[in-house]
Amino acid sequence: MSATGASIGTRASWLLVTPLIVVLVFAFFWPIANLLSRSFFNPDFSLDKYETLWSQQLYWRVFGRSIWISVACCVICLVVGYPVAYAMARLTGWRGLVVAACVLVPLWTSVLVRSYSWIFLLQRNGVVNSVLQDLGFIGRPLQMLYTEGAVLVAMTHVLLPFMILPIFSTLRGIPPELSLAARNLGAGRAMTFWKVTLPLSLPGVSTGVLFVFILALGFYITPAMVGGPKTLMIGTVIAQQVTELLDWRFAGALSTVLLVLTLLVAVVFQRALAVERLSGHAS
Amino acid sequence: MQAETRSASPHRGVADIVGAAVLVMILCFLLLPIVIVVPMSLGGARFLTFPPRDLTLAWYREFLSDPEWQEATFYSIKIALLTTLSSVVIGTMAAVALVRGALVGKRALTALTLAPLIVPHIVLGIALYLSFTPLGLSGTVPGFVIAHTALAVPFVVLTVSAALYRVDRSLELAAVNLGATRFQAFRLVTFPLIFPAVAVGGVFAFLASFDEAVVSFFLSGVSTKTLPRKLFENIDFDISPLIPAVATLLMAVSLAMMGGATLFGRRSRPAGEPASP
Repeated sequence: MSATGASIGTRASWLLVTPLIVVLVFAFFWPIANLLSRSFFNPDFSLDKYETLWSQQLYWRVFGRSIWISVACCVICLVVGYPVAYAMARLTGWRGLVVAACVLVPLWTSVLVRSYSWIFLLQRNGVVNSVLQDLGFIGRPLQMLYTEGAVLVAMTHVLLPFMILPIFSTLRGIPPELSLAARNLGAGRAMTFWKVTLPLSLPGVSTGVLFVFILALGFYITPAMVGGPKTLMIGTVIAQQVTELLDWRFAGALSTVLLVLTLLVAVVFQRALAVERLSGHAS
Repeated sequence: MQAETRSASPHRGVADIVGAAVLVMILCFLLLPIVIVVPMSLGGARFLTFPPRDLTLAWYREFLSDPEWQEATFYSIKIALLTTLSSVVIGTMAAVALVRGALVGKRALTALTLAPLIVPHIVLGIALYLSFTPLGLSGTVPGFVIAHTALAVPFVVLTVSAALYRVDRSLELAAVNLGATRFQAFRLVTFPLIFPAVAVGGVFAFLASFDEAVVSFFLSGVSTKTLPRKLFENIDFDISPLIPAVATLLMAVSLAMMGGATLFGRRSRPAGEPASP
């Protein structure tokens, strides 16, 4: 072994990563650069598609709605997911296994299948309406599918594991002695949670929020399947540009804005995370 | 748990019960929507009804005997297997270089490898269609395999790198000191130790391809459809229990593979791994 701690020489290392770089460039970076660059040329450099995007209220509404749905999704996932992560970290034996299975089975099931279940759960003659009618809660079926509520519920369901798992792993990493010490020093259960467990689990919370927000923002399958014309999100509008209007340049412009938004969120969260760590060390 | 934390001691019993009830409700929300496709697929009526009546396996028979579904299934399996092979080879090679190699910009390289995980699939799907069609790759097996490899390879790099970090370096050193070449040391010492992680990465890669619908939606030709693509398309007009039957089968494949991988990964931890609690 060399003094640098590397056991493989520079040349051999680059040879080993070359196939990966080739595949990523050819099937990821080049196609995306190709799509994005198209939006800036007509055939000379032009921002006409961005002017259209800027000037039409429709697209502002679509972006606004996508951001709002993603934020709402994050909040619901956090509120619903935190207790599950907490239980998953605390429970032992068969109870812990049951909770873990309930989180992992949905994660392992294809997004297509998960979104599809929500169609026949929520549709007019679907499972939820049938049950509510049989129980006498409602006289006639409610319109649930193709509403914003349906999109939110289905997306929350699909994205929940991405919130639960990072929180679970930070909670798992907190030494149980810390809570015990707090309890011994006279803190109640609520105080212990509020002052010890919750602050220590914040890195997991930010990772979860970041995952859910980024995935939600660019989601296509679920909103396309359970949403309607009134719940259009960016993903669906990008697809429409290509499949119905054949406007590749506008699809490129929308994709550019979506990617910039995604990157911005990722950078802001990374910063927030770094600052949090720093302040944690300082105190 | 919200309820649990609020509790003052006299109300603890009540708070615990409320907490448990909330937890059970959330778990039902997670699991029921998926489990419900199974009974729905057994309904005897020509269209979906709840509760399903006249239970039958006829829809599974129909799926298995329909040439179009058969074709899509075999096409998907073929693409997923080739994707698994290419991602495992490329991803393992890269992981070895990233963990053990002398590379400048390892962190940047790792970040670039993970980029396909955060870019929305809809953007990648149309970008691939735009770039692959002029090359004649759209709707072909090589086109699908290359595209799916870009999506699947990050999973292999992640799992294999994690395993390599856990392998005790002194084992490799010992092999080299005893006269093995670097490659022999890798093949005879390191690889057997990281094999479970390679296998698990392979399962991730298979499912990343087999369950992938969005990129396939744009890359598919008229006659070359993957199973998720055909499912996605038929959901709009087919209201018979055939769709839940296909969904159940897809789910069974994913669950069996991931469950198997989890058990396998747990049972055979790399021997060089330091003892963990």
